[in-house]
Formats: sequence, structure tokens, C-alpha cells
Amino acid sequence: MADHDTALLDDALVLGGEKFGSRLIMGTGGAPSLDVLDQALAASGTEITTVAMRRLDPVARGSVLDVLRDRNVKVLPNTAGCFTAGEAVLTARLAREALGTDWVKLEVISDERTLLPDPIETFDAAERLVADGFVVLPYIGDDPALARRLEQAGCAAVMPLGAPIGSGLGIRNPHNIELIVEAATVPVILDAGIGTASDAALAMELGCDAVLLASAVTRARRPGLMASAMRQAVVAGRMARLAGRIPRRRYAEASSPAIEPGAR
Amino acid sequence: MNEGGTGPAPWPMAWVSRPGTAMKVTINGVPHDLPAGASVARAVQQLTPAVAGVAVALNDEVVRRGAWESTTLAEDDRVEVLTAVQGG
Repeated sequence: MADHDTALLDDALVLGGEKFGSRLIMGTGGAPSLDVLDQALAASGTEITTVAMRRLDPVARGSVLDVLRDRNVKVLPNTAGCFTAGEAVLTARLAREALGTDWVKLEVISDERTLLPDPIETFDAAERLVADGFVVLPYIGDDPALARRLEQAGCAAVMPLGAPIGSGLGIRNPHNIELIVEAATVPVILDAGIGTASDAALAMELGCDAVLLASAVTRARRPGLMASAMRQAVVAGRMARLAGRIPRRRYAEASSPAIEPGAR
Repeated sequence: MNEGGTGPAPWPMAWVSRPGTAMKVTINGVPHDLPAGASVARAVQQLTPAVAGVAVALNDEVVRRGAWESTTLAEDDRVEVLTAVQGG
């Protein structure tokens, strides 16, 4: 078979000891209804999707868990909304109890306005959760030093942001993402900031192992269509990464044969 | 009829509402009156009959589902009942 047919056949994402065919992880936040979410999940082809933990609402109708069960995707609880390591550790333990998974997307934010991750609290929580047997996937800034420390602490992946959550600003510091990728021996998952398909493709071209996004799809005018675009962008970006881009040059390099000076 | 007040009452004591037999606990931030010695399971039932996808913290410590019946509450306990919602 031709190279383009076979290149992705044996290219599973290995995360926390499990294999996944899709390198697109979709969050469930922001969807206007469970129906829209369900269609977007299907179109995205995702095999992992995040949920948040909140106080049970006695009058709530329909559960996101019903949708996910029917889609047969792996549920990844997050600790969104936590401001301290203590809150995040308790939330992760409650998620483990409620959902029967020891995987957690660790998210400890520093303030409501930027939702930027607090590196100190995140690292503290990561150490405690690793010690408690969790598969820890920490959401962090685009900080190569912190990424390395979290990997050394036993995290199963690192998840640097491209830009603030829900901002759709894309990848603000591609150079730092490349530095994180170069040094990491665990998967690097670009998390947050994706606005459109080219952002997702760029993340993969930079060498990220997967992309996690939600708002870019769930808040798009047509979520299912954007989910499909993201799916294809992640595949295209992965293929381009494996194929190897040409070096950037200052000046042109002719792609047609040069004309003999005497023939002019 | 037991006017001295020292002998056993001629009716089951369980029928009698006495001061101290009810207690206040906070469930998801809302005060609830529960009978003294009520279990964590009873607190969960205040909100939902379902147990799938639900987790409980009692005063910031997880109570495993298998221990909901055997874990009794005390006055001023804080119970948090959580489940998964859309997010992230």
C-alpha cells in the first residue's frame, strides 16, 4: 500500500497505557443541548471526552453521562472551577467514586477572568494525585520548565494551553509548544485556545500528540460541521508532522527546471 | 399514669418527638432537618433516588458508596452530593 494509506495505520495515541485511534479529545462544555453535543461528538470521532463535577441538581433533566454511555467514549473528569490543590484533589476523588475512573484532567485556575492555570497549586495537586494512584493529565500554561517538572512528578501527559480557555485565540506561543514537545517523553496535548481548524492542524504540525477542544466546536454556528472540520484538521496536521515539512527559506527555490541562459 | 416521670412510659418511646432527636445538616449548601443518627444514604435520598454517577463528600472527605448506609451524620455536618455535568 502507498505511504499515505499506511502512515496512520499503526499510529495510535498511547495515553495512560491505553491506545486511541483518534487524536482529538473533545470537551462537552458549551453545547446548547445534549442533542447538539451528541451530534458533535459523533462528527468529531473522539474517543475521549471531558466532563465537570458539580453539585447534583435535583430538577436537572437528562444527563451528559447518558449521551457518553451511548457514544461509547472514555469519560475524562476534570477539576474545572477549583482554585486550590486541596479542592482539586477532593474533586478528583469524588469523580473517581462517581464515574469509576482514576483518570483526571487536573485543572486548577488562578482567577475567573483569565482562567489561567495556577502552576503552584497544579503541581502540588499533581504530586498528591499521582501518589493516590491517579492517571493525571494536567492543564498548564505553555511553560516548558513546568511541563518537565510535571512529567518527572509522574503525570501521564502534559496539556499546555494555546491561549486562554474559550478565547479562540489559537496558539499564542508556538515556539514554547515546540520546546515542550522536544523535551517531553509523555504525550503533549494542546488544550485550550483552539478557535478553528487551522489552529488544531498547527498544534499537530508542531508535534503535539493530541488536541483537546470544546468551545471551538460547541459554540460554533454549526457544531457538527466544525467537529468534522476539527477531526480532519487533526488528521491532516498529524500526517504533515509525520511527513516532515520543508525548511523555511528567505528566497525562492525554483520548482521548475532552470532555463539555460543561452536559450533565452 | 406515670406522673412521677421516673418510670417507663406506657407507650413506645419511638413515638415521642423529643428535643434533640432531629439534627441540622447542610446538604449541597442547603440546611436540612434529619432524624438524629440519619445515614449518608438518607441525605442523598433528600436530593435523588439515583445512585449511579453520584459521589458524596462528608466534611470534605469522600464517603465510598458501600459506606453510605453505615456512615451516620452528626449535627452541623456538611454533605456534598456531586455528579458529572457538561464541562471542559
